[in-house]
Amino acid sequence: MMTTTTVEQPVGFIRRALSNRWIALAFLALYIVIVYAALFGLERASPIFPILSTLAFAPFALTPFVTMALSIDWRFKGLAILLLLFVLMPILGMKDTSFLELAIQICIFAGLALGLNIVVGFAGLLDLGYIAFFAVGAYLWAMFTSPVETYIKVSNALVPASSFYLFMFIGVIIAAIGGILLGLPVLRLRGDYLAIVTLGFGEMIRILAQNSDTVGNPPINFTNGSQGLDGVARPPIPQFLRDLVPTVENALKLDINNAQTVTQQLLFYFIAILVIVIIILVARRLENSPIGRAWTAIREDEVAAIAMGVPLVRMKLLAFAMGASFAGAIGVLYASKQTFVSPESFSLSQSISILAMVIVGGIGSIQGVLLGACVVTLLNLLVLKNLSTQISNWRNIDAIVPHWLIIIVAVIIGLFLLWQAWKLVRSYVNSTRFQTSGIANIIGAVVLAMIAIAAIVFAFTSGEFHIRDWPTQLEPARYERLVFGILLIIMMIFRPAGLLPEGRRRLELQAAKTEQKIEGEV
Amino acid sequence: MVSNQATSSWLYRYVVLPLGQMLIFIVGAALLMTLFAYALAVLFPTPRPNIILADQIGRQLPGMIISGVTIGFVYAMIALGYTLVYGVLKFINFAHSEIFMFGGVVGFEVIRRIADAGFLESWSPLLLVVLIVITSMICSGLLAVIIERVAYRPLRGAPRLVPLISAIGISFFLADAVRAFEAVTRNAFKLTYPVSNIPALSTPISIQIGTTPVNIRVTSIIVIVAAMLMLVALNYFVNGTKLGRGIRAVSQDMSTASLMGINVNLMISLTFFVGGAFGGAAGSLFGLNVGTIDPFVGFIPGLKAFTAAVLGGIGNVTGALLGGLMLGMLESFLSGILVYFPALGGRYTDIFTFLVLILVLIFRPSGLLGERVDEKV
Repeated sequence: MMTTTTVEQPVGFIRRALSNRWIALAFLALYIVIVYAALFGLERASPIFPILSTLAFAPFALTPFVTMALSIDWRFKGLAILLLLFVLMPILGMKDTSFLELAIQICIFAGLALGLNIVVGFAGLLDLGYIAFFAVGAYLWAMFTSPVETYIKVSNALVPASSFYLFMFIGVIIAAIGGILLGLPVLRLRGDYLAIVTLGFGEMIRILAQNSDTVGNPPINFTNGSQGLDGVARPPIPQFLRDLVPTVENALKLDINNAQTVTQQLLFYFIAILVIVIIILVARRLENSPIGRAWTAIREDEVAAIAMGVPLVRMKLLAFAMGASFAGAIGVLYASKQTFVSPESFSLSQSISILAMVIVGGIGSIQGVLLGACVVTLLNLLVLKNLSTQISNWRNIDAIVPHWLIIIVAVIIGLFLLWQAWKLVRSYVNSTRFQTSGIANIIGAVVLAMIAIAAIVFAFTSGEFHIRDWPTQLEPARYERLVFGILLIIMMIFRPAGLLPEGRRRLELQAAKTEQKIEGEV
Repeated sequence: MVSNQATSSWLYRYVVLPLGQMLIFIVGAALLMTLFAYALAVLFPTPRPNIILADQIGRQLPGMIISGVTIGFVYAMIALGYTLVYGVLKFINFAHSEIFMFGGVVGFEVIRRIADAGFLESWSPLLLVVLIVITSMICSGLLAVIIERVAYRPLRGAPRLVPLISAIGISFFLADAVRAFEAVTRNAFKLTYPVSNIPALSTPISIQIGTTPVNIRVTSIIVIVAAMLMLVALNYFVNGTKLGRGIRAVSQDMSTASLMGINVNLMISLTFFVGGAFGGAAGSLFGLNVGTIDPFVGFIPGLKAFTAAVLGGIGNVTGALLGGLMLGMLESFLSGILVYFPALGGRYTDIFTFLVLILVLIFRPSGLLGERVDEKV
């Protein structure tokens, strides 16, 4: 009891202070100014640029969520977000396109996560093959514009780049049809079975894309197999954007040396923002509509939903179609932005990473899913990637981790593990009856203690560590699956409802937990 | 006299019956697929110019059947892990494919270390195989128990999606953790079993059936024999021992079983151990048979074994065997025959397997041998 009050007091104080709207507003302004100034002050030549840019850009990307969490007037919130999206971010992007690239990626994944959220979050249908619809959209645009000698190119059916916007609509329609085609056979399946079958579907699309190439007799080359399609067309840049970039450049005295790229990226950024806004609006309207309530009913109890007259077939198919259609539009955008499409981008691990976004943010909650997409994309494309660059930077300048730092870290980890082991021992001593799980506890405690002691002994006996000795195979950027795996497990065990949970689901999971506790006590 | 009778009935129940069942399944699946192949040959006599399909089938038939039985037993052993866990916890252990992979990697580590120590040629091949399989069984079984303890037990009673997502997380984590380990210790993660250095294992046995010579790989025979022995042992364990009875009781009704004095958590751990051990054995046998293994090898066999479990009826041990053999045979025949169809080619074999899964789930969700389980309202 004592410990909780002492810990919560400073948090409570800050929370009380921020509940005043003016203090909150001042806090927001200060936050934006500091983060933005830090971003502009970054020196690319610095040896620790990767770490610094990570530390500066991650808070900046999360600013919209900070804004939404503060108790300020909604007009100020709207103003701040508009300012962020349409002034601060583009200017930052003109200075350094890699940040703009990240923002576009976040938008793309946010769109996908919102689409998956309709299927998984609203309707409760776990779809592990969601990436297939993204692939459909991407391949649609790539097949019709890539100069690679495919069937479509040979039959002179290529379309001009200006039909990009039209193809976004076509992508929506084709992906929706794909969603219905997937939905029809799996209507009767639930839960685990549905997950596996959709996974199989996703793999089937990928295998089809991979195998439709010049091999075979006669060759049926639509997708150019694992070589992929390159040279995918980009939408033409409107004149006002062409004029805008030099104007801003002169006004702010920025030094842009690749104006063409910057303009192109800016165009994609604005398209992505527009698409995301449309998707958010559609998702919000769906959530609070009779359709959304029907989905909730299906999710909660299918039999009861049928009994209450919910048209099950139509609603499930609609969920698949809606979710897929978002992915279709985003797929067209993605193909055009990357100018290269290959089956590798549509693997199961991509499906899972999108699922991870939905889970981390909070299944069913739109704001949560946006946050999840932001966090997971940043983790994948900013944190892990920059960590790798940082390590190679350090390797080049032969940086050294001093001995005392290794000792401190090892001692902290060792003490933590010993504490965990002690907790296991205590729970064994306190248990009233003999249990086999008690033996497991003791074994676990011994193992933990051994690891702890080994770590501490190792730290004291080893000397300083040259970063160039770090194995090149262990590049953080290659281990995103490891990180996603740990993330999913931790989220499921400690916060199954996500970072920003949806109200109803939070209650449900709490109820399940209490029930479990009661069962455990009996 | 009495004890003699008891012995003979024991022999019948735990040795003759399961072996007979396996033989029936093998022969049945082989016959079915042969019929299917010749039906294809009647429909498309010459899929390509200068190729008469019936002749090709006749030439390849023994080889296809043997490789079908081999793959089939591997699938059956993995499928057992899915089915046992599903029977007890009513949830699909998504991480099982990674347990299979782990078994393969452990088997590789054992044989590699023996080879590095220079004993590969001097030890008897039988001892090697037994050592590899037993080690991988124990390691994979323990891994499965740990996974259950860390990632599933805290979530028992939560909504169904929660443990499933946790299992996906485990599966991702394991694949990359093994990859990191192998990348650091061996500087590569494509692991090749040094089987080709053991002449006793790498030279195929040639026999003559009628006029066609047939080469049978020794590793195929090892897989088949080992799988049969283990399946007989499993049958005895589940149906003939007290612990097996405990597992069956828990899978029927968990709370009643706990009221009868059965330690439910222990039984669940035991189920995971047995399922994991079978997955691990399958992994090392797969590694011996195929030759190379990598940390991502588990995914496709895992998915196919799941298909096999569903095909046979998930939760049903005999069903897993039947489903595995059927699927293995189907796959072997498809990859043998599809080559002659110009537009398709063998590359689409996997798609047909998924198609089987989807068709089974649509038309007979309870599988071939499963009972229809109605959802409780």
